[in-house]
Amino acid sequence: MVQLTINNIKVNAEEGMTILEAAKSVGIHIPTLCHLKGLAPTGACRICVVEVQGQRNLTPSCAFPVFDGMVVETNSPRVRKARKTIVELLIENHPQDCLICVRNKNCELQNLSEKYSVREHRYVGASRNHALDISSASLERDPAKCILCGRCVRVCHEVQKVGAIDFTNRGFSSIVTTPYNKGINVSDCILCGQCILVCPTAALREKGSLKEVVNALNDKNKFTIVQVAPAVRATLGEEYNIPLGTDVTGQMVTGLKRLGFKKVFDTNFAADLTIMEEATELIHRVQNGGKLPMFTSCCPGWIKYAEQNRPEILEHLSTCKSPHEMEGAVLKTYYAKKMGINPKDVFVVSIMPCTVKKYESNRNELSEENMADVDAVLTTRELVRFFKIAGIEFGDLPEGYFDNPLGESTGAAAIFGTSGGVMEAALRTAYFKLSGKELENLELEAIRGEDGVKEATIPIGDLNVNVAVVNGIGNVKRILDEVQNGTSKYHFIEVMTCPGGCINGGGQPIHQQTEKIQKRMKALYQIDNKMKLRRSHENESVKILYKEFLVEPNSHKAHEILHTEYFDRKKVISKDL
Amino acid sequence: MHTHIFENYEPNDKSSLIPLLQEVQSVYGYLPESALQEVADFVGMPLSRVYGVATFYNQFRLAPLGENIIRVCRGTACHVKNSANILLALENALNIKAGGTTRDRKFTIEVVNCIGACSIAPVMTVNDEYYGRITVKDIPNIVKKYSKAPKPKEVSITPEVGLV
Repeated sequence: MVQLTINNIKVNAEEGMTILEAAKSVGIHIPTLCHLKGLAPTGACRICVVEVQGQRNLTPSCAFPVFDGMVVETNSPRVRKARKTIVELLIENHPQDCLICVRNKNCELQNLSEKYSVREHRYVGASRNHALDISSASLERDPAKCILCGRCVRVCHEVQKVGAIDFTNRGFSSIVTTPYNKGINVSDCILCGQCILVCPTAALREKGSLKEVVNALNDKNKFTIVQVAPAVRATLGEEYNIPLGTDVTGQMVTGLKRLGFKKVFDTNFAADLTIMEEATELIHRVQNGGKLPMFTSCCPGWIKYAEQNRPEILEHLSTCKSPHEMEGAVLKTYYAKKMGINPKDVFVVSIMPCTVKKYESNRNELSEENMADVDAVLTTRELVRFFKIAGIEFGDLPEGYFDNPLGESTGAAAIFGTSGGVMEAALRTAYFKLSGKELENLELEAIRGEDGVKEATIPIGDLNVNVAVVNGIGNVKRILDEVQNGTSKYHFIEVMTCPGGCINGGGQPIHQQTEKIQKRMKALYQIDNKMKLRRSHENESVKILYKEFLVEPNSHKAHEILHTEYFDRKKVISKDL
Repeated sequence: MHTHIFENYEPNDKSSLIPLLQEVQSVYGYLPESALQEVADFVGMPLSRVYGVATFYNQFRLAPLGENIIRVCRGTACHVKNSANILLALENALNIKAGGTTRDRKFTIEVVNCIGACSIAPVMTVNDEYYGRITVKDIPNIVKKYSKAPKPKEVSITPEVGLV
């Protein structure tokens, strides 16, 4: 233990703690910008500087470890002046278009400006001018708004281990960009949007699709249907100051109905359908000597990663479309026919916690007769914007219910939104299909939680099924190496690109509150707990769908509509120079 | 053409990045994009980080040099003697920015901080020749002199290298 004094308060801190952490432990707040909890400090922005007695210069508290007898001032006039100057300099090199900025009222630079009462432009100088990158279907990069804190770079390299963007050039012309400043669509980026979640400004943001959706809703000839992903209901409330981890399904459904959607369906229905297909596919592979281990294919970020980096393992991917694509495909075939609507007039909108889904919905192979399965994807954040424009006050909304038949779901579908959930749901059904008996202990604690790789062995009959759950694409490398070497012991592997799963997806509300992953996870597990039906094969609407249309899981018809294919997208490098 | 370079290095060793880039540049005179990718794969780093290093240091260039390299001194003495306008005139005459190369690969403009010829400021060099006490009016003649020179032998250049 180390004893130090911060602002005349005696503090007992552990050795190796930074000043920032020690101050936080006694409720002293120090502002930060470039700091990211859990990652190596860079000390780049200097906003967290404090005065340490005996040191000539101000010290960045995020990077400096405490020592015995240390005397720290976190709010002296000198510190305040330095911080204000830093904020003023950052602002002068930043486009001052807060009024029309997508991050207005949720911008860390704006907050600091307000906090330090910046009221005048004291510095005038050249400002950096960089072009907007709108090349991808999911993300927009606006380097002019970048304050070079490097949080996106660290998340991309250290957490996701993708490394699509980095600092380039130096000094005044420094810019966070892709190699050769090319469009993000041709870089290593998998569009997961984790960089958006940590960006303090609007330098990284999703590509908006609100306009298309509004146009479709205004078009009298269109039958506009919306579906909502499992993870959205656990996070939407955060945008309205409802505590973390509150399930707001009822209000969300009412809100969507008031926006004018003809039908409000639940992607959870298709999640159950996915489980039926995926579990059957797994059993088929196990029994017929197919490619094992089999990987889940719900996460489009993971698919993009595999296609770009490991085309060798594409045969190991389940051929199932992701749930919202399945829902769209069923809507445009079975549902349209049943309701007597021309499928060309059906416009399917997905509300997703995800940025990659925008790209995914544009993939050519995810379509029926030249109609995209899903026409537009909105993120959780865009839905909030839509509610605002439509004058819908979320807190006042009464509870509503999903429409049927594509609104019914089980508890197994609810947990799709969290890491380990797809695996858990698949095992509940695979167990039944293989052994004919129901799995008794439904909660598989071993594959819940926030570990990078979680594993379990489930005995089903005389077969021990080894499963692994990869939580965050940064942890996938070892698993992939094993699969490629042929040393993998697993039968079934779930991969989610975002740490924590979809509840922490790139389209989710942006804030840096701690425990957001745990609490959102808990919300989904609670939904599962409360459900009467908790196994996908118990979903009555899914049973009817098979009876009336798809025949049985993995049937020819099901393959046509619910399955897809993957492509090698590895860069082609010219070897002959 | 450069694959022999890798023989002297251990793969996945990040510390060999800069020496490798230097060797690649010594082969081509610049860092071709495909070679950069190969270096990235060899040292086990993302291309973005390798590109970041290559753009951080002035010694690395990402586009091939022109036939004639014009170096404009922007040191203190030359600055006092109006070298900013010399550079501007040169940029306008060749229609490129400092650090760039003309499309016909005849000229590259580089900015240097002092050539050590302050007594004849403002000064610029074209290849090995010095031009001192120049004014903006001298620029067209100097450029013209080198435009006419015959084109040397073609160097192999990868087509995918764009302007940076």
